[in-house]
Amino acid sequence: MKATGHFEQVKDVDPLVVLNDHTRAHIDHWVSKFPPDRKRSALIQSLMGAQEQNQGYLTDELITAVAKYLDLPAIWAYEVASFYSMFETSPVGRNNVAICTNISCWLNGAEGLVRHCEKKLGIKTGESTADGRIYLKQEEECLAACAGAPMMVVNGHYHEKLTTESVDAILDGLK
Amino acid sequence: MSAQPVANAAPDLVNIEIDGVPVQVAKGSMIIQAADAVGIPIPRFCYHRKLAIAANCRMCLVEIEKMPKPAPACATPVGEGMKVFTRSDKALKSQRNVMEFLLINHPLDCPICDQGGECELQDVSLGYGRSVSRFNERKRTVADENLGPLIATEMTRCIQCTRCVRFTSEIAGTYELGGMSRGENLEIGTYIGKTIESELSGNIIDVCPVGALTNKPFQFQARAWELIARPSIGYHDALGSNLWMHTRRGEVLRNVPRDNETINECWLSDRDRYSHQGLYAADRVKSPMVKRNGQWSATTWDDALSVARESLKSVPGSDLGVLVHGATSNEEGELLVRLARGLGSAHVDHRLRQLDFADNAFAKPFASSIASFEKVKAALLVGSDLRQEVPLLNHRIRQAVKKGAKVYAVNPAHFNFNYPLAGESVAAPHVLVNELLLLAKAASEGGAHVPEALATALNGVETTDAHRDAFKALSDEAVVILGHAAATHPEASWLRAIARFIAQAAGAAFNEIPLAANAIGLSTVGVLPTAGGLDARAMLVQPRKGYVLYNVEPPHDFADGALALQAMHSAQTVVAFAAYASDALKDSADVILPIGLTPEIDASLVNVEGNTQTMPAGAKAPGDTRPGWKVLRALGGLLGLPGFEFDDLAGLRDGLTERASEVRHQLAPRASGVTFSRLATTPIYRVDAVLRRAGALNAHPLNRPAAIRINADEAGKLGLVDGGNARIGDAVLPVAIDAAVPAGAAWIEAAHSETAMLPPYGAAITLSKA
Repeated sequence: MKATGHFEQVKDVDPLVVLNDHTRAHIDHWVSKFPPDRKRSALIQSLMGAQEQNQGYLTDELITAVAKYLDLPAIWAYEVASFYSMFETSPVGRNNVAICTNISCWLNGAEGLVRHCEKKLGIKTGESTADGRIYLKQEEECLAACAGAPMMVVNGHYHEKLTTESVDAILDGLK
Repeated sequence: MSAQPVANAAPDLVNIEIDGVPVQVAKGSMIIQAADAVGIPIPRFCYHRKLAIAANCRMCLVEIEKMPKPAPACATPVGEGMKVFTRSDKALKSQRNVMEFLLINHPLDCPICDQGGECELQDVSLGYGRSVSRFNERKRTVADENLGPLIATEMTRCIQCTRCVRFTSEIAGTYELGGMSRGENLEIGTYIGKTIESELSGNIIDVCPVGALTNKPFQFQARAWELIARPSIGYHDALGSNLWMHTRRGEVLRNVPRDNETINECWLSDRDRYSHQGLYAADRVKSPMVKRNGQWSATTWDDALSVARESLKSVPGSDLGVLVHGATSNEEGELLVRLARGLGSAHVDHRLRQLDFADNAFAKPFASSIASFEKVKAALLVGSDLRQEVPLLNHRIRQAVKKGAKVYAVNPAHFNFNYPLAGESVAAPHVLVNELLLLAKAASEGGAHVPEALATALNGVETTDAHRDAFKALSDEAVVILGHAAATHPEASWLRAIARFIAQAAGAAFNEIPLAANAIGLSTVGVLPTAGGLDARAMLVQPRKGYVLYNVEPPHDFADGALALQAMHSAQTVVAFAAYASDALKDSADVILPIGLTPEIDASLVNVEGNTQTMPAGAKAPGDTRPGWKVLRALGGLLGLPGFEFDDLAGLRDGLTERASEVRHQLAPRASGVTFSRLATTPIYRVDAVLRRAGALNAHPLNRPAAIRINADEAGKLGLVDGGNARIGDAVLPVAIDAAVPAGAAWIEAAHSETAMLPPYGAAITLSKA
């Protein structure tokens, strides 16, 4: 990973400007669940809120703003944002579609579903449609829904026992 | 009664056995610490005795009796009766396997790597690795980052030990590096791409066990085995950090820390690490120079010394002022005192940056040891940007803060601290004394005896609960630190007296930070005006006919540069002992005698604890340059003065004399009618002539370009905008909007060529749009 080179843009970020009311309320809610000196624990959920505010991906300004809002060193937020696969740090489509390809789903035809989606949307995994509607996640590992394999997660919601038809219906229903 | 077990060990010690060697160590310590204590080597990369334990490199795996699997020695606490094997088959096999994994992605570029020859990875791999790798796949590469002018990166070499990450968070307190991505993609970096802005950043080079982070100015200069390490001492602050100068044929190529637990531990500030570049500046004087008919020409020592002798003889002693830089060694200071006395001058001083001499304050050793700052429970900083003034002392305070100490500050600006302050009062220079009086009032309410001079000032002062709380916190194992922004203040005598009173009332130790590296030593040998003598400022206000400048660079080394240059210009003769021939010096001096800088001469300096540290000449002085004490001896001999009869350095050192000086219990008259004043501080990388010529340091963001810094409100009132220009007197400077500056003040850093001639610290100024 090459450094993003956004130091100049983020160094004076004002969290009250960058984060909207809804996101800040979301962060406050999560902060209140932890002891006052453990704000770092709320970092993951705070970044989720910021990602949602920005239609599915984080910018350096947003990550820095979250850190500033929580009064944490910005580097901690960068570490978390780059660590977890549920955070997108480059622009992607607004609907996040992640098809599980781990063992149970794979045995139940997940690869076929991935190929079907790629053909239907005209993109490869890890890419977004030109209209910015759908982002097909690069790779998704087991999400603990093996009983419903094959499964996928769309914007955080589980869809199980998938067929090409049900996938079509779900994808077509995305705005 | 049953027999009691015999306790052979103290209750907080446990007995363990490492490789059959019985060891007694403190409860709770780790195996690696026990092994280090008895000198049993255990290979390691991520473990560092001054940093938190990470246990992520796994190199220190050892076998422990009754444990089924090898355990990391750095993260396994000792237990009574534990038997550890560091060289058993199992231990060696584990170490060899870890080594193989660490080398999987490490490039084989040792021949072009700066760390080659002093690399922990090389050493440990030779000792514990295997000679062939079984890894046939592609190695990964990592994009480099530009961490600024001081640190070079080659991140592909990184083995993710995270020592640098832990250093910037735990010691430097700037949290600038982190581990990005995860698994095999884990990379160390800043993420956003920034310069490491810590004043201690160079230490990440030392803690890096591989060649990922190396010394940028030293890059590709020399191999470790070509260098000769010479012990030396930092001379840019009075901490007196111990260091090794790595020299090749007499040229200093880099500085690295020399462990001294009581002073700098294993760290070194960037200022001490990189200042050596300044030794080789283009305007370094290499031979004696004399000005004849307005023309400078190089000459011989005989000629220059005789010109100097004639110059000094041409003015009466009472009209001669001797101005000495505060980092000058004790030996040179001693000879300067003898020279001045021999010539009949009482006007000798080294306190060039002070403006207020009402109390005749001179540097004294700290009341507390350096290490004890780490254990204080509270601290009060009076006029101190401690991070810039003494970086490694600030580090000690930061460690105290991490253990819960409360730090309060009364400052002329919101200086950038790397720890949270428990309380901060900020006021423009002309009202700084009033601000400190609020705290003094809180102190007086406890019934402490108020000195008479302060009692009147405290009349009618209304203090606040915040100040009462702050004072209360100071009553328990606290320290009061008077910093440079107070000592150089035009009302320094007030600030000092009030701070002393607060310290006394709270039972806290009072420590004043010396304004230069050897201010304490020079005060001890008496480089101070004697009875009837003029102090450094009075010598300029009442111009002398002749001056001796020793190691002094006008105008930057003076509190009031314009006043200094004016005095030099009007003087009949100026004899300069100098290492650099700057234009300003050439303008004012008549003869320049080139002298060696501190690393190039045998010198002793006194640090803040009052300890004299002696260093041998480590670097070669260029050209015809001579150590200052030899030049002074020659000149003194030529003048036929007493006290110059010694034969060698030992003879000189035998004659070092302590000369007592007395402080006055007086306070300066308070300025009145000032509504807008200048805050002047000396930036961290411009405190002396050597630093001002150190290229890499001056390219670092901590060295901000000259500017008028004011807050947004004041700017709005004056119609100034960020990035625009403002006029102050005849000078025009860029404006920077800075929320750190209080109302009623403009922060204009000193020691830049653009700011040297401006009105001094605390002076009333007016700004206008330009």
